Amino acid sequence: MAAGVLARAFDSDLWWSFKRSPVTVVSAIVALVCILGAVLAPWIAPHNPFDLASLNLGDAFKPPAWAEEGELLYPLGSDDQGRDVLSAIMYGARVSLLVGVAAVLFSTFVGVAIGLLAGYVGGTLDSLLMRIADIQLTFPSILIALLVDGVVRAALPREVHDQIALFVVIFAIGISAWPQFARTVRGSTLVERNKEYVLAARVIGISQIRIMLTHVLPNVVGPVLVIATLNLGFAILAEATLSFLGVGVPPTQPSLGTLIRIGNDFLFSGEWWITIFPGLALIAMVLSVNLLGDWLRDALNPRLR
Amino acid sequence: MAAPILSTPSHSRDGGPILEVRNLRVEFPTRRGVLTALDDVSFDIAPGEVLGVVGESGAGKSMTGAAIIGLLEPPGRIAGGQILLNGRRIDNLPYEQMRRIRGKEIGAIFQDPLTTLNPLYTVGRQLTETMQTHLDISDREARQRAIGWLEMVGIPAAAQRVDSYPHEFSGGMRQRVVIALALCAEPKLIVADEPTTALDVSIQAQIIALLKRLAREKGTAMMLVTHDMGVIAETADRVAVMYAGCIAEIGPVREVVKAPKHPYSEGLMASIPPLDRKVDHLAGIEGAMPRLSAIPKGCAFNTRCPHVFDRCRHERPELLETGTTLATCWLYDPASEKQVPELLKDD
Amino acid sequence: MFAFILSRILQAIPVMLTVALISFAMFAYVGDPVSIMLGQDFTEAQRQQLIQDLGLDRPFFVQFGTFIGNALQGEFGLSYRLSRPVAELIAERAPATLELAFCAAAIAMFVGVPMGVYTGLYRNSWLSRAFLTFSLIGVSLPTFLIGILLILVFSVWLGWLPSFGRGDVVQLGWWSTGFLTWSGLKALILPSITLGLFQLTLIMRLVRAEMLEVLRTDYIKFARARGLGNRAVHFGHALKNTLVPVITIAGLQLGGIIAFAIVTETVFQWPGMGLLFIQSVGAADIPVMAAYLMLIALVFVTINLIVDLLYYLVDPRLRSSMGAARGGH
Repeated sequence: MAAGVLARAFDSDLWWSFKRSPVTVVSAIVALVCILGAVLAPWIAPHNPFDLASLNLGDAFKPPAWAEEGELLYPLGSDDQGRDVLSAIMYGARVSLLVGVAAVLFSTFVGVAIGLLAGYVGGTLDSLLMRIADIQLTFPSILIALLVDGVVRAALPREVHDQIALFVVIFAIGISAWPQFARTVRGSTLVERNKEYVLAARVIGISQIRIMLTHVLPNVVGPVLVIATLNLGFAILAEATLSFLGVGVPPTQPSLGTLIRIGNDFLFSGEWWITIFPGLALIAMVLSVNLLGDWLRDALNPRLR
Repeated sequence: MAAPILSTPSHSRDGGPILEVRNLRVEFPTRRGVLTALDDVSFDIAPGEVLGVVGESGAGKSMTGAAIIGLLEPPGRIAGGQILLNGRRIDNLPYEQMRRIRGKEIGAIFQDPLTTLNPLYTVGRQLTETMQTHLDISDREARQRAIGWLEMVGIPAAAQRVDSYPHEFSGGMRQRVVIALALCAEPKLIVADEPTTALDVSIQAQIIALLKRLAREKGTAMMLVTHDMGVIAETADRVAVMYAGCIAEIGPVREVVKAPKHPYSEGLMASIPPLDRKVDHLAGIEGAMPRLSAIPKGCAFNTRCPHVFDRCRHERPELLETGTTLATCWLYDPASEKQVPELLKDD
Repeated sequence: MFAFILSRILQAIPVMLTVALISFAMFAYVGDPVSIMLGQDFTEAQRQQLIQDLGLDRPFFVQFGTFIGNALQGEFGLSYRLSRPVAELIAERAPATLELAFCAAAIAMFVGVPMGVYTGLYRNSWLSRAFLTFSLIGVSLPTFLIGILLILVFSVWLGWLPSFGRGDVVQLGWWSTGFLTWSGLKALILPSITLGLFQLTLIMRLVRAEMLEVLRTDYIKFARARGLGNRAVHFGHALKNTLVPVITIAGLQLGGIIAFAIVTETVFQWPGMGLLFIQSVGAADIPVMAAYLMLIALVFVTINLIVDLLYYLVDPRLRSSMGAARGGH
């Protein structure tokens, strides 16, 4: 079934509009480079920034390779502890991407489940769930994520929290984004529910859950895919923001946001590369993902220019 | 082809027609190539005359209207032919000059009165705004006239309702307001695009009667686009039947309804249930109108035409004299006489 | 009109109650306030005394009631971290955040709306394309990075503008303002651009989308068919109709500015509520977090109320559905 859905989603029109838009092609390539660099970091990164033995304080604060005192050993320079910035970025992107993808999957799952439930069951449950979504949507999601993170931090003993900090961030970001999915899915479910084939399926006695999963779900794949793509950019940004604020991922697993936070301290002493390069990497990743999301939305919905 | 034969003699008055459309061609460039939405469309409207335009959805009726008021939806564009208003070419005017003609010389009425009026302004403000755009009158005068127009189109208590918002009127009442808006700068030609389609059946007759009365009183000519043959028979002096972006037949309404000459109009008329007798079976036309991207070579109707012969498949017919009307059909070309099957020539 | 306001206020109450409940639950059940407040050495008697003083032995609803009663009087207890009344802390920091948010909102509105109108009307001009590209970058750039880049360029490299703090402030009663001194104004520039940029691009994209939507409607076509000039069609008919959705989203965005101030304030070490909040999150200082949450909720509810009132002024359809239906058929 999944293959069928994919085949339908990626029919010739989609491919056609992809090829026609050079911006989209470029962002796809950039996104691919970012993803590959992050995923393959342990194998292709020039240094291992976590291997303390290899760090040499004498190599601290080296500027990028093209600057006067730069060395080819550290193409984008090195930080205060002599870590290679490029390698740190690749490892950091790995954490950023992991948290982003996991958070989006989490909110997609929660949002789609709640949306299907609300739309299909209707009645009081529906109004209750949608009211909660409304209230949550009133607040910016970054604030929700901050609060969730803060509450969990307060509720757990410090040692426990440090161990599961990554999951806390994923949970906090994921929980802040579910209402969008739920609303969209609920809307489509309401439309689908009253269509004749669903009524017919019900009449011949197919179970409700099965109807939802086999008949309603495939019809909401398109919009959910669009929201998920656009949300991936947001989730990566949210993680970076939390880490920048110092409440995100633990310092032992620095993400791009953590690197920018650390580098920010050296901005005034002139070592701009420690913070700017991770920043550029973050921008490249988020911008390309957002552009892909924008394109996908327009391509799947021709009514919008 | 010569201009005079396009309008029947009884309607052409001194000074010539108010509107002349000559070989109009409208194209839509799309990513799958250029679509021809209107192809070689020609007709005249005489002062005070009502020309009905009928055809299926997508035949190009509304497109013709939009081309005349110069408001084709981009990327649609006039790719050939001419439109003349009182003998002056208007199809190639710059936007600003055409704007002055819209409302002042050509009024427009749209299909759905629920969406045609701006919801955020009172009907009075929309009327005065239109009048003051085109006529040099004071605010007070404009307001007086606005009330007068609302009375004229049959809005009760016009002096109070002039300050009401569109949503405070029913659909029929809103269409009356739209008519007032189309007429308030006193144009000599109205392009009415399906003015009754969106209304309740009971309201339709009232609106048609109103349009007919006002057109007569003001001496306004009208191009009445509709797919309702009943409305045409009731209102129009002449009728143009459109098919796939072309005019199939044009002539006095009685002739076209009673004795259609083009096989398509014949089919169209046969599909209207007669009111005066009971019929068991309504004749329809086999097949469906081709999409713009798939109009056949030769006569656009050749794939559905019961009288099709070889020439129809290769050569596009021109408007030809049929005796009573003009039809774009090779059956009426003396030159194709020999090819026409005998059985058709019984009358 | 009065009934309208009243119904909106009534609708806001459950929202505020929900938020209050969450705040209270955080307050009462997250972490262990008693042991945090007692510190290292205490006797069991001291402990019991504190529990009694805090009312933690009373039933849930009584505690919740007390909490709301206190909250209504602006009483949120002591900060765990700073051991000062939360209300005092927040009142001290509020002017900084509000002045910053005000400037950012002004930038977002007065630059974003005209850009949106322009790109909507002339969608194919090169300037529109430039604006759109810029907006995409604006949406994808994290706020803190914008701040860092601005600091790098204007403070570190060019040395024109300060990179942290509010500059000199003037005390007007309890309100401290940076508007009255040269250094205060200079200090506002970079943070308000940083904070306003994201909302600016959002507002621009929104206005553009609405403009395009409205320009396609029948009543705009009809306005053209009546021969109205471009100025009347674009600014009289089209722009006014885009206002309703723009007001909604812009309202919510402006509320978002207060929340996003957290990030901006961290970057610029701006002594506002956001900085206070983030320090509290780091230190698990629940009373401050709870109070901040309530305050933000209040701001959002108030903004929503104002947005509803603006609707009411802009859209006659709402006005008459509120009063008795007049005439018509």
